[in-house]
Amino acid sequence: MLKYESMAELVSEATKRNIKISELVLEDQAKSLEKSELELYEQMEMNFNIMRDSVIDGSRPDQRSTSGLTGGEGHIMSEYAKRADGGLSGTFISKAISRALAVAGCNASMGKIVAAPTAGSCGVLPGCLVSLYEDRGFPEKDIVMAMFTAGAVGMVIANRSSLAGAQGGCQAECGSASAMAAAALVEVMGGTPQQCSDACAMAISNQMGLVCDPVAGLVEIPCIKRNVSSLMIAFSSADMALAGIPAHIPADECMDAMREVGEALPNTLKETAKGGLASTPTGQKLKDQVFGT
Amino acid sequence: MNIFDIIGPVMIGPSSSHTAGAVRLGRVVNKLIDERPLKEVVITLSGSFAQTYKGHGTDKALLAGIMGYKSYSPEIRDALTIADSLGIKYSFKTENIKGAHPNTALIRYYLKDGSEGSMQGASIGGGNILVNRIDGLNVEFSGDTNTILVMHKDTPGVIANVTNLMHWEYESLNISGFHLSRSEKGGDAIMTIEIDNNPPEELISDIRGIEHITNAILIRRV
Repeated sequence: MLKYESMAELVSEATKRNIKISELVLEDQAKSLEKSELELYEQMEMNFNIMRDSVIDGSRPDQRSTSGLTGGEGHIMSEYAKRADGGLSGTFISKAISRALAVAGCNASMGKIVAAPTAGSCGVLPGCLVSLYEDRGFPEKDIVMAMFTAGAVGMVIANRSSLAGAQGGCQAECGSASAMAAAALVEVMGGTPQQCSDACAMAISNQMGLVCDPVAGLVEIPCIKRNVSSLMIAFSSADMALAGIPAHIPADECMDAMREVGEALPNTLKETAKGGLASTPTGQKLKDQVFGT
Repeated sequence: MNIFDIIGPVMIGPSSSHTAGAVRLGRVVNKLIDERPLKEVVITLSGSFAQTYKGHGTDKALLAGIMGYKSYSPEIRDALTIADSLGIKYSFKTENIKGAHPNTALIRYYLKDGSEGSMQGASIGGGNILVNRIDGLNVEFSGDTNTILVMHKDTPGVIANVTNLMHWEYESLNISGFHLSRSEKGGDAIMTIEIDNNPPEELISDIRGIEHITNAILIRRV
């Protein structure tokens, strides 16, 4: 049985057996959950389909959050991608951004989502993976399998650090989602297990210290747009790893550092809505707008 | 922890603690009511629940859970309207419950047959919950496993009679958690028994038949 206490464990076991991290993890999870690999695959496939539905649900022009603070971002971005011929980042990335916005918006409007790893960071993985599926034509099986790699990364982070904004700040939520997505992207693109781990390390490094400071305590501002920045970091980290650029600090040590930084963050910056953007004059005004003074 | 704790759960947003966990707290009440017709619920929200419940849909989530919906049911969005159409009265108030976890709800329910009850519990993060009080007595369970609540009169030998029954009549059952509290010596008491397995319904009627036991309720995993 795998312990999911280090990326080094996953990389060395997968490399030794010359298989993908996802194959190793699917086999291990089937044993530990006493189910067949097919059953687990089908459950993951269902989760991928729910992610695709969340993209559609959150892309409605009339999508509005329960509080009324946000809404329609997914639609606006996808229209821009068409109108501006992909804008600055190109069509593929602009559409990926619109999907991350759509899923995070779907969450804010009480739609159905797959927490990955949390509800607040639920737009990152679908933004990356649905885009590879829809716009790059990768087979669904490759995408669904890569979700096992993403999940394994999340388990290692949970064991070494934390996935909760209240404990580790946003680096633990969107940061972890980004690290999970980066590893999955590398695997779909045919990278090695070591490259998956390197992409994960780079994604964590590049979000080290990100605070959780939600305006009015709601999963909207800045959470929805942070899903986008985490998606961008996932793509850039995956591309750097695939290009052959190594991570100078190994993924496991990055996770340990993330834990240490998370512990050092004051409570005002860990989901309490008492610091950062939440305590700005505008942040306070928006809070009063939702909840009254 | 398994892979679907990370890629999952499938849930209605926006917050695992303020929405998904709230549905599960409501579901505990749904199990306590056990399909008897419900007249009214009065819900007290404390701490962070009190401050942000409207923006997170915590009110809808609790009410949806009470009506039996799950944390992935799209009906959560329309829970207030659904309750209206079923003729269930509901009200929400905010109050600081002393010493309670920041995300705590106290749900009082009133049934059409005139009986009533209450449940107090906390949403402790990631959709996990901890039930703290039932009908004013202290309990402690997470709803992750099957839980049996045994209401009884504090009398010597009652616990032994329950566990002996479980062991001799249903020997495959394994107790994974046990908690006891009482109002006063010889007064109302409640056992919380968490078990690994899926217990048969007969177990509950058998427990109800034991002397000094006033009621037993099985709360299947919520």
